[in-house]
Amino acid sequence: MDGIVIIGAGECGTRAAFALREAGYRGSVTLVGAEPHLPYERPPLSKPMNGAVQMKLICAKDALEAAGIDYLSGVSASKLDAGAGTVTLSDGRVRRYEKLLLATGARPRRLGCPGAERALDFRTHADAETVFSNVAAGQSVAIIGGGLIGMELAAVLRGKNVSVDVIEAAPKPLGRAVPARFAEKLHARHAAEGVRFHLGRGVVAVGDEGVTLTDGTLVPADLVVGAIGVLPETALAEAAGLAVDNGILTDSRLRTSVPNVFAAGDCAAVAQPAGGHIRHESWRNARAQAETAARNIAGAAETFAAIPWFWSDQYDLGLQVAGLPRPAHQSVVRPVAGGELAFYLDDGRLAAAAGLGIGNSLAKDIRLAEMLIAAGISPSPAALADPGVNLKVLLKSARAA
Amino acid sequence: MTWVTACKLDDIEQEGAIRFDHGGRTFAIYRGPDDSVYCTAGLCTHEAIHLADGLVMDFEVECPKHSGAFDYRTGEALRLPACENLKTYPAEVIDGEVRVALG
Repeated sequence: MDGIVIIGAGECGTRAAFALREAGYRGSVTLVGAEPHLPYERPPLSKPMNGAVQMKLICAKDALEAAGIDYLSGVSASKLDAGAGTVTLSDGRVRRYEKLLLATGARPRRLGCPGAERALDFRTHADAETVFSNVAAGQSVAIIGGGLIGMELAAVLRGKNVSVDVIEAAPKPLGRAVPARFAEKLHARHAAEGVRFHLGRGVVAVGDEGVTLTDGTLVPADLVVGAIGVLPETALAEAAGLAVDNGILTDSRLRTSVPNVFAAGDCAAVAQPAGGHIRHESWRNARAQAETAARNIAGAAETFAAIPWFWSDQYDLGLQVAGLPRPAHQSVVRPVAGGELAFYLDDGRLAAAAGLGIGNSLAKDIRLAEMLIAAGISPSPAALADPGVNLKVLLKSARAA
Repeated sequence: MTWVTACKLDDIEQEGAIRFDHGGRTFAIYRGPDDSVYCTAGLCTHEAIHLADGLVMDFEVECPKHSGAFDYRTGEALRLPACENLKTYPAEVIDGEVRVALG
């Protein structure tokens, strides 16, 4: 028995290794991770505690051993031969596999301008240590990219009394993943916290003094961080001849275009019922796809159908989004204590929901909305807008109907 | 065992929870669908997140951040990423007031 080999030991690969055991798989499981540490969680990286970047492990060493998972750290896969069913590791070893899971994740997109190498990444534990150990109160950081990572980092740095400039090529920050009304509220909060925005302008160069923009402005900075999104890590798959298009293409069961090779997490672009493929970059998705892939590797035939969900914490505000809000949806807003919920209806059916409030105060409403979405119901817009209507009651009456 | 009056039963939504801070510690107090009351440690065992912000369904509370879940009657961890059980404390209702024994 050649067993299962998992390439990538982030949230997805690690979760898949354990989920294989939970699914009853008894053969060998090898988890291959490029970083030197035990598998760790990425969300805490932007939240240093007492001045130190957190290393929150996904699992202890004992747990890996108890589950019979062979964890190879500091090793990457250099070649996949899908025909032969082998994968060559960076230390020269060649492993045969019965089935392979590609959980290779994503890597930060790099700037293409002169001096781009001066812009620090913010993805790994090592990246976080570099950023936080090189910046102190009173200094200035220019963040290139006003997406979720850039804005979360801006909030944390402001909390440390670091001066922050955010440079974004689009006319508004958070335009990609966050519904406009919440993006505007977060933008306003950052501005009130003293973050300076440079919007609608590109970057010409990164130099000693800071960042030069397309309109000639120099944004002075002691440190520059590049946060212009991530690219799926597809090189291994591509070289092996797997179908790739902004991610490793899979069918709805997370199978790639070659037999016995699956893909999940940030690197996977998964076939959708309505056509096309979607790739998600979230903690929940990494785990949920890991679980589906593991069960399918162990013999199930499950379709991946989890509702996308993510959170973002900025200052004392918590944003949560379930489903994929689209501009074409009918939106219904519900004011709630300390914040606001928005529901997105697609031809009457609840398709997505989002909320922004203090801390995790709206989490339970978003969770209920997620269950309402999964139930496929069409609640009345009036009920959704009314803070007096308990979403749990709506869910229960929908389930009883 | 020292009993502490935490709140009124009516302060907690049916099938809901509230946060209760006492003596430098934080707890979650639950009111079940049958109006029974329970008390557990306030923070999820996976990460320090207040469980009282999470969704209560039947006798289960779900962490608002990572969706780990617990049976709040026993503290048993029901769903990953939570794998360590929650500590529980005795709770009772007397004359509409919720008392907990925080030991």
